[in-house]
Amino acid sequence: MASNNGPAAGAPAGSLPKRTGFMGWLNKRMPVDEFVAEQLTGYYAPKNFNIWYFFGSLALVVLVMQLLTGIFLTMFYKPGELTSFDSVEYIMREVDSGWLIRYLHSTGASAFFIVVYLHMFRALLYGSHRKPRELLWIFGCLIFLLLMAEAFMGYVLPWGNMSFWGAQVIVSLFGSLPVIGSGLVEWIRGDYVIADATLNRFFALHVAALPLALVFLVIAHLMALHEVGSNNPDGIDIKKHKDAKGHYLDGIPFHPYYTVKDLVGVAGFLLIFCGVIFFAPTFGGLFLEGPNFEPANPLQTPPHIAPVWYFTPFYAMLRAVPSFAGTQVWGVLVMGASIVVLFFVPWLDRSPVLSIRYRGPLYKIALGIFSVAFIILGVCGLKPPSGIYPQLAKICTALYFAFFLLMPWYTKIDSVKPVPERVTGHA
Amino acid sequence: MRKRLILIAVTLFGTGLSVGVASAQEGEGSLPHAGADIKNIESLQRGARNFMNYCSGCHSLKYVRYNRMATDLEIPESELKANLMFSSEKPYDTVNTAMPADAEAWFGKQPPDLSLMARARSVDYIYAFLKGFYVDKARPWGTNNLVLPGTAMPAVLSSLQGLQKPVFKNEPDEHGSANMVLVGAEPMTAGAMKPEEYDQFARDVANFLDYAGEPIKAKRQSMGVFVILFLLVFFAFAYMLKKEYWKDVH
Repeated sequence: MASNNGPAAGAPAGSLPKRTGFMGWLNKRMPVDEFVAEQLTGYYAPKNFNIWYFFGSLALVVLVMQLLTGIFLTMFYKPGELTSFDSVEYIMREVDSGWLIRYLHSTGASAFFIVVYLHMFRALLYGSHRKPRELLWIFGCLIFLLLMAEAFMGYVLPWGNMSFWGAQVIVSLFGSLPVIGSGLVEWIRGDYVIADATLNRFFALHVAALPLALVFLVIAHLMALHEVGSNNPDGIDIKKHKDAKGHYLDGIPFHPYYTVKDLVGVAGFLLIFCGVIFFAPTFGGLFLEGPNFEPANPLQTPPHIAPVWYFTPFYAMLRAVPSFAGTQVWGVLVMGASIVVLFFVPWLDRSPVLSIRYRGPLYKIALGIFSVAFIILGVCGLKPPSGIYPQLAKICTALYFAFFLLMPWYTKIDSVKPVPERVTGHA
Repeated sequence: MRKRLILIAVTLFGTGLSVGVASAQEGEGSLPHAGADIKNIESLQRGARNFMNYCSGCHSLKYVRYNRMATDLEIPESELKANLMFSSEKPYDTVNTAMPADAEAWFGKQPPDLSLMARARSVDYIYAFLKGFYVDKARPWGTNNLVLPGTAMPAVLSSLQGLQKPVFKNEPDEHGSANMVLVGAEPMTAGAMKPEEYDQFARDVANFLDYAGEPIKAKRQSMGVFVILFLLVFFAFAYMLKKEYWKDVH
């Protein structure tokens, strides 16, 4: 990972103090000190990170927490049509601290999406996806996509009635694809209906395949980040100004400065997170839904099937598109496009500046409308499709896509303010 | 500008979440508040007694063990065996029911296990259900329920509550013709309990089923206070550590 022009150029390996004893023995066989110097103590991050920059490290904290709690849940969970639901209740009641592990995991899923959504929003605020960080953004989008698959399959595992019917609705979406549709759905389910085979393959993917892929992608995300260096709220390049030793004047070593700062972020996050775990683990039916405390029942559809809150903006877009030419595939395509379009944002944005601080009113208005539309879509997806909601969802779907598709135009004609040479202030 | 942006984002996110919670809880807003308190051990003990005497004949609590329940609700084992266990079950058994498998032929539906009813619906729902039976000659048992219309369950507690008759209100439709809407029920005959006593009875059962749905609930909440206090101290130390390190960043 050595690089000649990256911010990791803080402390060249040759200048490291010579070690003796065990660490000396270790360093002769593995570049431990060199790695720490390159990635932590010699990785220079801009000194003006604000509160938005907590969510990256928080996402990592939540990922590790999900992996650890997941391992313990796997020790007691028994995948199977006849055993899943009972084994979750066994964990909740009879396994020592099982309830805590389960709530950490179920609330962790929602927390993961909250921090990831805020992390992505940060990129849109400060242009963190722009050159030279396009690949970093693409890895991030892939992580988001995998996270959705991971969360969906995890939601099926308790085998409650909403697990079953949620899986039924989402898997059958693939059936609307022309020609391959019905075969594809059978291939995913491993049966003609959502059944034991589906549950067990979702379990395999949820606990082995997808977490492994997620961890690899997170490593790739961090490698790409450390190669090009972090963006900052001013959206300017800190590599231009160095002191006599070659250190960035506007940068500080990630460790110890950002490790101690991120510790404050983690403490703040845990305060809110544990507040939910101990006082509102179902979060009013939003994090754990009432119908999922009834076992899966293929003969009894819940009165209203809605996905968990973090999927509802996309679910609303799916429902907003009417069937046309005798097929409902258009909604599925729109939902897919709503994710695919994210990958192209670095090239859709044509503004000469990165940060919202130096952009004109057009981008600010566009981002504001987009954020409101996204949240309204989330609400629409939770509600039954009646009354004002279908119409609202249609409008907001249009606004969602307008934000991205019109971006090359409005970012180009938007006014900009002069960008400073050096970063402004630090928090 | 920065502060305002953050404020706006947090407000938006908060609004979204609270609208979400509100909509997830929708439909329960119209239910009367049960006023159940999971930390009220006496209420839970009465609820357990009521449940074992009036409900467990038909409804099981298949995830609840007698001895765990006795420990949590501070019921001595002798009391448990004498007053709450009526069959040959052992204290480590789960709460099963004597209802035979062909109960479906009698009621049209197997009486459901109630272990998770408070979680699937809500405490307020159970409270309202227990109070919601009214006379309806159109139903097989001659009674119906306000919160679960067409319920297969007969009004087995009417000896305590007394029978209720439905209350209709005329809400004319858009053409102005009469349209009777069921809005509630009122006492018709007296039961063995006064209305307040029956309310307490229903409240205790609902409270007990809340316990049965999540036996750790009371302990979870009291543990939570210490967790939050610890995290506040941790936050303060982390913040001071950060301040100390960042003193030399200009």
